Amino acid sequence: MASPESTINGPTKADSKSLRNAFGGVIAFIILVLIGVLAFSIRLFSVIKYESVIHEFDPYFNYRVTQFLSKNGIYDFWNWFDDRTWYPLGRVIGGTVYPGLTLTAGTIWKVVNSLNIPLSVETVCVFTAPIFSAFASWAAYLLTKEVKGPGAGLTAAALLAMVPSYISRSVAGSYDNEAVAIFALVFTFYLYIKTLNTGSLFYATLNALAYFYMVCSWGGYTFIINLIPMHVLLCIVTGRYSSRLYIAYAPLVVLGTLLAALVPVVGFNAVLTSEHFASFLVFIIIHVVALAYYIKGILSPKMFKVAVTLVVSVGLAVCCAVIAILIAVVASSPTKGWSGRSLTLLDPTYASKYIPIIASVSEHQPPTWPSYFMDINVLAFLVPAGIIACFMPLSDSSSFVILYIVTSVYFSGVMVRLMLVLAPAACILSGIALSEAFNVLTRSIKFQLPGIAGNSTVASEESGSSSVVAPSDVSKTEKTEEVAKEKPVKKNRKKEKENVEKKPTPSKTERRLLVLPLEASVIAVLLLVLLGAFYVVHCVWAAAEAYSAPSIVLTSQSNDGGLHVFDDFREAYSWLSHNTDVDDKVASWWDYGYQTTAMANRTVLVDNNTWNNTHIATVGTAMSSPEKQAWEIFHSLDVKYVLVVFGGLVGYPSDDINKFLWMVRIGGGEFPHIKEPDYLRDGQYRIDAQATPTMLNCLMYKLSYFRFVETDGKGFDRVRRTEIGKKHFKLTHFEEVFTTHHWMVRIYKLKPPRNRIRGKTKKSKSSRSVSSKRDVKGKRNPWH
Amino acid sequence: MAKLAIFFALTLSFLPFLSHSFSPDTPTDRRILVLLDDFSLKSSHSIFFTSLKSRGFDLDFKLADDPKLALQRYGQYLYDGLVLFAPSVERFGGALDVAAVLDFVDSGHDLIVAADTTASDLIKSVATECGVDFDEEPSAMVIDHQNYAVSDVDGDHTLIAADELINSDVILGKTKIEAPVLFKGIAHSLNAANTLALKVLSASPSTYSAHPTAKLSSPPSLTGSAISLVSVVQARNNARIMISGSLDLFSNRYMKSSVQKAGSHSKYEKSGNEQFVIELSKWLFHERGHLKAGNLRHVKVGETNEPAMYRIKDDLEFYVDIYEWSGNSWEPYVADDVQVQFYMMSPYVLKTLSTDKKGLYHTSFKVPDVYGVFQFKVEYQKLGYTSLSLSKQIPVRPFRHNEYERFITTAFPYYGASFTTMAGFFIFSVVYLYNK
Repeated sequence: MASPESTINGPTKADSKSLRNAFGGVIAFIILVLIGVLAFSIRLFSVIKYESVIHEFDPYFNYRVTQFLSKNGIYDFWNWFDDRTWYPLGRVIGGTVYPGLTLTAGTIWKVVNSLNIPLSVETVCVFTAPIFSAFASWAAYLLTKEVKGPGAGLTAAALLAMVPSYISRSVAGSYDNEAVAIFALVFTFYLYIKTLNTGSLFYATLNALAYFYMVCSWGGYTFIINLIPMHVLLCIVTGRYSSRLYIAYAPLVVLGTLLAALVPVVGFNAVLTSEHFASFLVFIIIHVVALAYYIKGILSPKMFKVAVTLVVSVGLAVCCAVIAILIAVVASSPTKGWSGRSLTLLDPTYASKYIPIIASVSEHQPPTWPSYFMDINVLAFLVPAGIIACFMPLSDSSSFVILYIVTSVYFSGVMVRLMLVLAPAACILSGIALSEAFNVLTRSIKFQLPGIAGNSTVASEESGSSSVVAPSDVSKTEKTEEVAKEKPVKKNRKKEKENVEKKPTPSKTERRLLVLPLEASVIAVLLLVLLGAFYVVHCVWAAAEAYSAPSIVLTSQSNDGGLHVFDDFREAYSWLSHNTDVDDKVASWWDYGYQTTAMANRTVLVDNNTWNNTHIATVGTAMSSPEKQAWEIFHSLDVKYVLVVFGGLVGYPSDDINKFLWMVRIGGGEFPHIKEPDYLRDGQYRIDAQATPTMLNCLMYKLSYFRFVETDGKGFDRVRRTEIGKKHFKLTHFEEVFTTHHWMVRIYKLKPPRNRIRGKTKKSKSSRSVSSKRDVKGKRNPWH
Repeated sequence: MAKLAIFFALTLSFLPFLSHSFSPDTPTDRRILVLLDDFSLKSSHSIFFTSLKSRGFDLDFKLADDPKLALQRYGQYLYDGLVLFAPSVERFGGALDVAAVLDFVDSGHDLIVAADTTASDLIKSVATECGVDFDEEPSAMVIDHQNYAVSDVDGDHTLIAADELINSDVILGKTKIEAPVLFKGIAHSLNAANTLALKVLSASPSTYSAHPTAKLSSPPSLTGSAISLVSVVQARNNARIMISGSLDLFSNRYMKSSVQKAGSHSKYEKSGNEQFVIELSKWLFHERGHLKAGNLRHVKVGETNEPAMYRIKDDLEFYVDIYEWSGNSWEPYVADDVQVQFYMMSPYVLKTLSTDKKGLYHTSFKVPDVYGVFQFKVEYQKLGYTSLSLSKQIPVRPFRHNEYERFITTAFPYYGASFTTMAGFFIFSVVYLYNK
């Protein structure tokens, strides 16, 4: 790609080569800088189109933690017991949070401020993700360069800089763990490959440190600590054991595990849970293999055979015993030592069966096919070509890349959010594919263009023979379309790879066979460029339109083309912070917990850190109970205000009524008197006149639709596209205190207990209520 | 104008008291509106009214249908207490209605409702709103053929000599009421689930509620102990309400008359009515049984400042002040049953407080080995007293990273193992590298 051949005229061969390398280095550097700028700037659409604001839910928590860190220092952060969430349980933030992102942003803030650049913490947080996506691109360059040379590296870096999947998690303002974790992931892999290629203990140590940073940053570090052992095992099984492999792996396990155990949130999990088990198993295996190789080296073949039989028979017995014990230990724990999220990955149906709280999160759902096209676009077609390229020839490093793509494709198929892990792999392989394709095609062109061919000594030798092979290739290229075209190209490249790496002389003769006809090459190059152009257009569109919305501010196009802004969330949160007491407790579904604590600074019962299922189930139960029971539950938890999100007026689809069935499911999981079928009419979830009485009497329905009929006189819900079932009702235990401009957030206050207890209801009254009940409802309401 | 002057005088006379007491909060009512059916009640019930006046209350008599009737002006209540001695009124005059009366109570003011056989729906609905249900039958009266008061007219068993009084010094005063209380009026009942209402004067098991002259066609709806003659309600905001089924109970005639209970030989010169009514009114107007607690504070043992957060297993001391209103000053409240809870969804610590007899209650305990957001809770509900409900939030954090034990004795083998391994590795390296 970055080959500057055409500019070279004249000097001796050695001179021209070193000059060419130097020149290539400079160009590569400039390109890398430009890629960094591209990665950073393509993520600024959100700031330009909206404002410099933290996005979504989790980033608000991270922002709040960073604020705390910058104010109180690292030790207080480590020991932070937060009494404003999970009331009344509280949460030990320091011990339950991955501190990498926070520490990174806190450090940046500190450094910047010590340089007398007065940036606010929020600004630093907003721009952390774009900065790190530039780093991630460079890390992808380094990794791919180790695998297939600098050309592939630059292509991969350029692709990663703008891959939509990664953009979706790292636009400015998306201040989440993944923002730095993807960089850490790719960089750790790079250092592993580098160690594998060099056998240097220095890189092995760096690798352990990079792994430590990854552990600090994201729970996804288990991917690394399982993928690398898998690769080591693969190398051993395919007979590729070497001391380089040992150096790459053993220090990583020892140092990495020690370092990982230092992170409070991981702690002893680093040696206790099954996620880490594979690494230790492979650690043992690699030592056994190393020992075997060593013994093989010092014994005569005959003696070695004897030793092998001896060791195998004894070792087998010992292994059986150890494995039996291990299985017994692991089987004694109910989840087999795996965390719920990991189990969901191994068995995609696990969460929906047992853990509704994991299944309820949209980003834990399996992705749809269109989302692959949306998120990685043309890369999906280039990846197979890249895989084939990696097989020609198969080296330690390229086998690692193949393993990486295969596993990440599987994981992305289980959970949407793991698309993020797939994205770098897809970029790396596509980079390899593209670069190899260009390599072959441009060389074909070069050899056949008379002017250039004459100048180049190498080319002149080969130009004659090229015609021999050409016809067969031509037929192939013409027959197949652009995607398939890569395949023949790849086949050729196998040999070509070898001479890039070490031995240029023997392959010279073979290289003649690789040349394609000029016209086909030119067309193929053009098509590939066109493909890249489509990719760029798509990425820019995705960055600008699809992934830049901060989700706390919504916009819609009005009919006359104007922009309408819905800023209800911030309106509601600032109402809370200005009109309620500092210690008041606000109950809402957990989605809004982080935002409430960060923006309104009020105590919440549950938040997006879903660590206590029972507590969430309590809130779910309250939301699905009738008013009185709900009031009792909330009152017992000292709740003062209840916040619901309602999209029925403006058609905002992810509101609480749409999430309500999850509340019922999660609540019913802990409190069996909440039964999902009570809320469904013939298995259908509906809120119109056909809805069940339980549904129409539950708190969530009432709080969402209270006074709704006053807006248009009919109570037409624009999300469910139907008229609501129960239009006129009063609240007895709650009072509406605030409803935002577009009714998207509604805040209710719990009424205090009645000052007096009334006497018996009069006979006349009770008889009236009985008759009315009989009239209105055909089916008996289980709550009465 | 005269009223203003009286008010001023009252305020002035209170000034020295105000400055001496530690709190300006005086729960006793001062201005009372008395609504009457007609002004003749003023003289026929004068003993009761005089007693109130002599205790410093400022009574304002008005007819119940006075068109200028108003409880509040410019959002301020004009009265602290309301006496409804107008059983037959169908509609209040002026701006007064049931809702206004109930708002009056809900803003912490006291109420006396007296009914009799002529009780109107209005009075009954006020009572119902307070949790007291009068007999629905229009002309039913309380009849008791065994515990009636012996009188000249034989066969009239509607004048009850009731002596089943609530057993509470706070409500009825320390002096025991010896003589039976004369009662003639209608019955009411309380909802058993109503924890706020109390029967002060209850009926004997032989009582029933029916029309005294008509023949009983069906069993009476209210019988025996279900019937209450006089009840009090203490609302959650500590407003106190007295509801009596008899207006005559308060009359001079009943107070002065002698009483002999049927079947009993002891004859009392004077009925218990006067003592009963006056003592009950003292309770009602917060001259007795009004508690106030405050100054909840807690410190870590050995420190003086209140911490913002405790650590698990800290030792702490807890203090609270509780005073009782004696009618004109706050006196220390002495009891041995005040408890504090250390509460997070359920009480983790429940301790009885000890008092120094000067109003200060104190205890000390160890914070449980559970972190979370706790509350110090003092929930004190005692018969006749205003309920106390105080809480103060306090988070409890786990150990900091450096508060654990640094070296554990039982782990010394592990320390030894790691150091010998390190030393062994070092020696091995030296030998391996330089011994050739």
